Parts: sequence; structure tokens; C-alpha cells
Amino acid sequence: MKDTSVRRPIIELSGIQKYYGDYHALRNLSLDIGEGEFFSLLGPSGCGKTTLLRTIAGFEEPSAGSLLIDGQNMRGVPANKRPTNMVFQSYAIFPHFSVAENVGFGLRRSSMSSSEKATAVKEALHMVGLDGFGGRAAHALSGGQRQRVALARALILKPKVLLLDEPLSALDKKLREQMQGELRRLQRQVGITFILVTHDQEEALIMSDRIAVMFDGVIAQLASPQELYRRPATRRVADFIGVMNFLPATVSPDGGTPSVEVAGLGRAEIAPDQIMGAPPAGAAEAGIRPEMLSILFDGETTHERVAEGLVEDVIYYGDMTYYEVGLDGAPGNVTISMKNRAGRPVLDRGARTRVSWDPRALVVFPPVGV
Amino acid sequence: MNKGRGLYIYAIAYLVFLYAPIILLPLFAFNDSTLIAFPLSGFTLQWFRELTTIEALHSAVQTSLFIAIMTAIFATLLGICAARASTKYHFPLKGGIMGLIMLPLVLPEIIVAVSLLVVVVQILDFPLSAWTVIAAHTLICTPFCIAILNSSFGNLDASLEEAAVDLGETPLSTFRLIILPLVLPGIIASLLISFTISLDEFIIAFFLTGNDPTLPVYIWGLFRFPQRVPVVMALGTILVAASVILLIIAEYFRRRGVARAGKRDTGGFL
Repeated sequence: MKDTSVRRPIIELSGIQKYYGDYHALRNLSLDIGEGEFFSLLGPSGCGKTTLLRTIAGFEEPSAGSLLIDGQNMRGVPANKRPTNMVFQSYAIFPHFSVAENVGFGLRRSSMSSSEKATAVKEALHMVGLDGFGGRAAHALSGGQRQRVALARALILKPKVLLLDEPLSALDKKLREQMQGELRRLQRQVGITFILVTHDQEEALIMSDRIAVMFDGVIAQLASPQELYRRPATRRVADFIGVMNFLPATVSPDGGTPSVEVAGLGRAEIAPDQIMGAPPAGAAEAGIRPEMLSILFDGETTHERVAEGLVEDVIYYGDMTYYEVGLDGAPGNVTISMKNRAGRPVLDRGARTRVSWDPRALVVFPPVGV
Repeated sequence: MNKGRGLYIYAIAYLVFLYAPIILLPLFAFNDSTLIAFPLSGFTLQWFRELTTIEALHSAVQTSLFIAIMTAIFATLLGICAARASTKYHFPLKGGIMGLIMLPLVLPEIIVAVSLLVVVVQILDFPLSAWTVIAAHTLICTPFCIAILNSSFGNLDASLEEAAVDLGETPLSTFRLIILPLVLPGIIASLLISFTISLDEFIIAFFLTGNDPTLPVYIWGLFRFPQRVPVVMALGTILVAASVILLIIAEYFRRRGVARAGKRDTGGFL
């Protein structure tokens, strides 16, 4: 896990509020984003992530609160005077300009000579892998190329912060995965702070140093990808990031170390950091990821805890097999993901099976409805 | 197949109905007779020659061109403002305000003409002149301009404008560098439409014109003299030719605009 605490903050938000009439879009947000960090704002549509990005860009003025960029207060500073540049969801490529004119657009007001500008455009195009595309008409580009032009156009001004508004959502899956890697590489290369808005949790996990998960105008959790996945702060975050099985549980304080009785899995001792806002005693809900549960095939042994259940459904994915298993003594099914390996069978529906698991994989939330 | 043929005949009949009367114009414009009747008696350029000698006609053409150009400019400028406001901003009573602006589109022109005459002469006590016609024509042309420009402005991706501002341009230079070039085909179409509407508008011009009649008003006056009718035919021929040329120019610019924006061609005049 990368330590991000030492970074100097480039963006400091404190007490940001945004109202649209009666609608409260951003609720008292405070957040520091470090220099050179790849930061993601993740959440479902309408959670306020794009509003927050546009507030940083200067397209929205917050109703209250302060925003500093590199120590400078941005209140009243219009978008064209801010040291930020943006890659828009639609890319916003100027259709009546060539690729080079698009990329060089931000240099119009600089004091560079025209040959210096031409060199800068060339370098920017090289950086995004579009050498020799300068003379093309903007409308003759593919989706991936438009995205690269938008990136080059935003980066040519060497902004302190690059803002990306769902930049990959318009691309097909393969191209999107390729661009995710390239964006990450580009960010390391230029060392500029990137702030990415996305609703795709996988994308956020792959690319970010840190992620802020937002719901209803509030940051629900701010953490590194690993911490976010392993220790989601709330049930809602757990549900949004990847897949999580939920089982009814009871927490009992057992001297210093708390223990939890999980339906279908049994009693286990857990560390205090596994309890996410659940009361120290009483009804709770335990969460465990599909890959943290394993089918224990005949003849296999384990040092882990073992539970038993009935295979209710089998979904074969090629590289993986997903089992829906009804654990004895637990309501509903849990999902278990197993890597397919040579010599490992795929169980049939209706088979009895043993399931191994490790208590360290548990997270415990308050019971539903609290 | 039979059904297809029926529709084909209908289409031909439709076109004949539409264009046959117009084809009569050049026919009689070159006919060597003051009577508008078949059979044709011979070829002449006399009526065109006569056109060049009528002082009053020249001044009517000048008046009409002046009114049409000024109307096109004013109506398009007002249209740009209204279309920009209605596509970019939300404000209270927007629907009602836009509805009232578009209303002259369906108001009977005779009503508009009479009420404007009352306002200009009785209430404001202005002398009637080309300017009163320009004001009235601007009123009836603006809704057409808004309708055309609304679609031009509405098709613009709002983030194009934000991108330009984000890259350091002011709102004003953004309008000049990004918005204006992209809506230019719409502006040209708006200028041409309002120019054409103003040029052949009769009722309002008839009521509000001062001592200098517009071309339609002058032509109407000519029909009191039967021997003048062939001259009107010649004039009509020139106007039809000019309209076709104007239309071709407009379509050329529209297609160029579409090609430049890289959009798929979806309609247009030709």
C-alpha cells in the first residue's frame, strides 16, 4: 500500500456546500488531495462527484466553503484563470479545427513563438501516441483517438491538476482497459495530480492512489484501493465496491478480543478494525468476499475454518467458476468464486460441499435497518 | 407495384401543379405580345429592356432590398440572442416568454399590419417610411430566425464552450472562436430566410410603407395597367432566377458547414 500522507496538498476543500434550489448536491465536504496523486471520485450517478469536479474546475461556484488550489483561494476565480484543465466526458473536441489546432488551442494566449507552439503541440501529440496526426481533421478521429486529443489538449498547458470527467465511459471494453493502463502511465510520467470521476468501481480500483466514495453529496469513505476493498466502512460501500456476501451475525465482547457468531460459518474471534461501526455487542451483519470463501474439494485439507452447505447453482466463466452455496444454518446463498485449475473438478448443482474460510476476511456492519 | 405507380403519378401531378404557373412567367416574359394568352406570338427581349427604363421600379427594388437586408440583420441578431438564451439558460416563465416571441408566426398578417399602423400613426405619430416597414418585418421574421437558430444552438455540445473557457479563453472570445463558427450555417440560413420573407411580404408593406413603395406593392400597382403585365412577367422571371441562385448558395454553405462539423447530413433544402 502506498503511503500518501506525506504528499503536499495541492487541493484543499473545506466545508464545501452546494445547493441547486432546494437540492443539496454537496454536503459539507472537506478533503485534501495531494500533489502528484491519482485521485478518484467514485459513486453512482447523482452522488455529487461531477459537481465536485466542476466546482474544482470553476464551472460551479460552491454555495459555501473554501477551495484552495496550490494554496491559492479560488473564490471568484473563473475557470479560465485556474491552474486546472479538464478532459470532458464527450471529449469536447472542436469539430471545426484540426487535431493540431485543437491541441494547441490553450497556447493561443501564451507568449510562445509559433515555432515553439508547434514544437509543444508535437510533443503533446507524441506523449499520447498520436505522432503525425496533427494535420487530421478532428471529426475524422475514432473514439480512442478523440480521447487522446482531449488529453493532449489539456496537458499541453501543464496544469497543476488534471480533471477527468468519466473519460473512458464512451469507449468499448477492450479500448477502455487499454486506456486505463495508459492513463496511469501518463500520470506517472508527467507527475501531475489527476482527479478522475467515475462510476466504475473496477476502474477506480485499478488506477487510483486514493479513492473517495461518494453517496448523496457526502464522502462515505476515503481510502486506498486495497483498504476500500478489504475494509469498506459501510455496508453501502461494501455493496458498491465489488461483490460482498452478507450473513446475519451476533457480536459478543469477549474480554479484550471481540468475537462474532456468524450464521452458517460459526463463531470466530476478530480484530477491532474488522468491526465497521457495529455495536460492541448484539445483532450485526457480517460481510465476506466471494474469493475469501473456498470450496474444499474431496481429499483436500485446510488450516482454515470449515463450514458445510449445499451447492444451489454453478456458473462457469472459463477462468473462474462461481458457486451459489446455501450454508447450513444460514438464510439465502453465498457466492463463492473459485479459480479453475488442472485436476480441479467443477461441482454439480445439488452436491454437498465443505467451505473453508478465514476469520480475518470478515467485516462486521451494524444490522440492516439501523 | 401498382400502389407504387399510383404514388408516383401523384408526385408528378403535385410537381406540375407546383411549378407549371411559375414556368409561365419566363414563357410570357419572352413573348412578343402584350396579351397574356396562347398561342405565343414570337420571341422578344423588349420587356426586359423596358424594365431598365422604369425609374419607379428601380427605386422600388432599392427600397425592397434595403428593407430586406436591414430586416435580415435585425431579425437574425434578435434571433441569436433569443436562441442563445433559450438553449443555455433556465429562467422563470421561459416557456411563456418563448411562446409569446414565437406567436407572430401564426398571427394573421393583416391583423399585425392594422394594429401596427394604428400604433405608428395614431399613437406614436411617426411618419411612415422604410423604417416602419423594417420594424414590422423584423417582428414577423424573428420567430423564423429563432426556430432556425434554436436548432443550431441546441445542437452545440455545451462542453465545447466549457472546454474553451477551461483552456484559458474568456466567454467573449469563446463565443467568437467556438460558438459563432459552429452556428454560422444556421446564421446564414436565418439571414436568407428573413431576407426572402421580407422581400416578398405584401400586406404589412402595403399598410406601412410611406412614399417609397416596396417591390411587391409596386408590382401590385402595375396591374392596373394591362400593357404593363409582360414587364411584370419579365421581372418575375428575374426574381425566380435570383431565388434559385440564392437557394443554391445557401445549400452550398449548409453542406460545407455539415461537412466541416463532421456530422451526417440530415436534410437541408436540396
